[in-house]
Amino acid sequence: MEKLSGAEMVVRALQDEGVEIIFGYPGGAVLHIYDALFQQDKVQHILVRHEQAATHAADGYARATGKPGVVLVTSGPGATNAVTGIATAYMDSIPMVIVSGQVRSDWIGDDAFQETDMPGICRPIVKHSFAVRDPADIPEMMKKAFYIATTGRPGPVLVDIPKDKTSPLVKVPYEYPKKVKLRSYNPVTRGHSGQIRKAVEELLKAKRPVIYAGGGVIQGEASKHLTDLAHKLDFPVTNTLMGLGAFPATDKQFLGMLGMHGTYEANMAMHNADLILALGARFDDRVTNDTKKFCPGATIIHVDVDPATISKNVRADVPIVGPVSQVLEEMVATLDEIGVTPDEKALARWWEEIGGWREYHGLRYELDPNGPMKPQQVVQALYKATNGDAYVTSDVGQHQMFAAQFYKFDKPRYWINSGGLGTMGFGLPAAMGVQFAFPDAMVACVTGEGSIQMNIQELSTCLQYGLPIKVININNQALGMVRQWQDMQYGGRHSQSYMDSLPDFVKLAESYGHVGIRVDKHEDLDKAMEEAFALKDRLVFMDIYVDPSEHVYPMHIADGAIRDMWLSKTERT
Amino acid sequence: MRRIISILMENEPGALSRVVGLFSQRGYNIETLTVAPTEDRTLSRLTLTTFGDDLKIEQITKHLNKLIEVVKLVDLTEGAHIEREIMLMKVKATGAQRAEVKRTVDIFRGQIVDVTSSVYTVQLAGTTDKLEAFIGAVGEAQVLEVVRSGVSGISRGEKVLSI
Repeated sequence: MEKLSGAEMVVRALQDEGVEIIFGYPGGAVLHIYDALFQQDKVQHILVRHEQAATHAADGYARATGKPGVVLVTSGPGATNAVTGIATAYMDSIPMVIVSGQVRSDWIGDDAFQETDMPGICRPIVKHSFAVRDPADIPEMMKKAFYIATTGRPGPVLVDIPKDKTSPLVKVPYEYPKKVKLRSYNPVTRGHSGQIRKAVEELLKAKRPVIYAGGGVIQGEASKHLTDLAHKLDFPVTNTLMGLGAFPATDKQFLGMLGMHGTYEANMAMHNADLILALGARFDDRVTNDTKKFCPGATIIHVDVDPATISKNVRADVPIVGPVSQVLEEMVATLDEIGVTPDEKALARWWEEIGGWREYHGLRYELDPNGPMKPQQVVQALYKATNGDAYVTSDVGQHQMFAAQFYKFDKPRYWINSGGLGTMGFGLPAAMGVQFAFPDAMVACVTGEGSIQMNIQELSTCLQYGLPIKVININNQALGMVRQWQDMQYGGRHSQSYMDSLPDFVKLAESYGHVGIRVDKHEDLDKAMEEAFALKDRLVFMDIYVDPSEHVYPMHIADGAIRDMWLSKTERT
Repeated sequence: MRRIISILMENEPGALSRVVGLFSQRGYNIETLTVAPTEDRTLSRLTLTTFGDDLKIEQITKHLNKLIEVVKLVDLTEGAHIEREIMLMKVKATGAQRAEVKRTVDIFRGQIVDVTSSVYTVQLAGTTDKLEAFIGAVGEAQVLEVVRSGVSGISRGEKVLSI
């Protein structure tokens, strides 16, 4: 059998796993691995400018492709810099494998240079972690890491490797296991047929149903199944922030996003529903508002691959543990078998009621052609310029909500944002990951002048690898979402929420070797957008000045029901 | 309600810290905890007691089951079970007190496992209630030191927790 060093085994395991690209940053504890990487060309290494960006880029890659993202960082600060990105992936259930270097094993615990207990630090934010104690264990640990990261409810897995375990002086036989079996880890592969039948019977009884679909539908490759079922039943569908694209936004059955900044019709429909079919969603506080007042008249069917998600926040009447795609497939088959159709008359009345809500308050905002531009307008211009075909990553804040509300995602995996952790600084590196996965696709990063500065150093990485990302910087010279809350709940006292001493982003982009365009007039917006996307092989940084006083609406009224919303600065439900 | 959760898990470094970490991370309390390898050295048996209503315990067991190293677990309080805790205790044993302590130990079926001219070291096994009753009977003023193992438990009858 072939003998390899620990470092060579790490790299070979990546090759054998079919990994084409990894994101990382070298340092002392991983130098052996970097040397092994240097001597092969199957796995491409992308050198970022900060380890946080490596994790976000791997994350963006994973979200866009469905394949696991892979990160390589050194011990100590390299590893701790990656922590925010690992937590981001964990909260959104993104498959990721992080290889972190560690000080040599006989120094562990001695507070050695660049030592941190990475498995300890990461414990609450990884699906699992491995610490290598013997180089001979590396192939199996790598195999297990990928297996755990990508199966069941996906998530990040850490492999921590002390430097001496990668030494070129120690060679051991290498064989990459074809399969792994863990007696203590068996993700559910099928939903319970009895429960599925019970759920279908509930679906057929429903008079005011809503399908509430989350990120699990995208992760579980179940968008087609969801669309099939929704069309078959003529049920309205709402998506969570993480689920946008799981059901086509331009479909007439789509109610828009639900939750804190969801549409009026989605939140009203949820509150008044008699049946909720929750798919790969987790009844997050940003969706439910006060759970005690949540959807009082609804029978809740909850389908999720993770049993711990079911009945965690809201009690399910019909729990189904299983992969969403398989469960939906079986639901459709069971429907066909039963051969009964839903109550058409009741559904017609329900759609009429929903129509009324749509008419009463669709997504809208006030636009004064002589006043400042509005952030919503920028997202609409982006939608128009890209024909709805761009991958859109976002940072966190008002711009994220505007992008979610106004860019109509018709396909899964095109909307990439940090929904769970809400990580500012996510957008640009995530866009890099997407662009690496799809070099010819349009990739836009919708950001703000606050968020972009949290990982702006990656403009340098973008130049090095020629990534033609379009950065849409919605510049309101304020931390918009913080400011909005201060307007609404703190008497307009804008404590530390303004952005003073901003750089000239156009010059900044140029100094990084990119194109910068500043837009501050309505009439220039569409043209500038077209101009930016016409530059197919260049990164264009669009610095677009908008109204700092704009708020995101609708917005939940705290501690109310899902239907309790502010609809504008002066109207509420 | 008090629950005894008994867990079979991989006998690997880091496994215990994951179980303990889960409790602090999710805001659950551990009242007692005891852990040791089983007859199969690759497995450890961990028994912990915690408090919570059905909903909370359901969440705790689901989250524990999600830990990769947890192989199997059971809520012993769901069925008939036997629970034991062992206590070692140093008690003042001078003058009239010396005979009184000895009598109390006998009543509770404990054993005196070490003796000095002024101190008895007592060993006592039983349920948590029994141990507490013993402390009460001896009188807290007489107690010099108490070491308790935490609860261990096993279900009654033919049911076994094994792989």
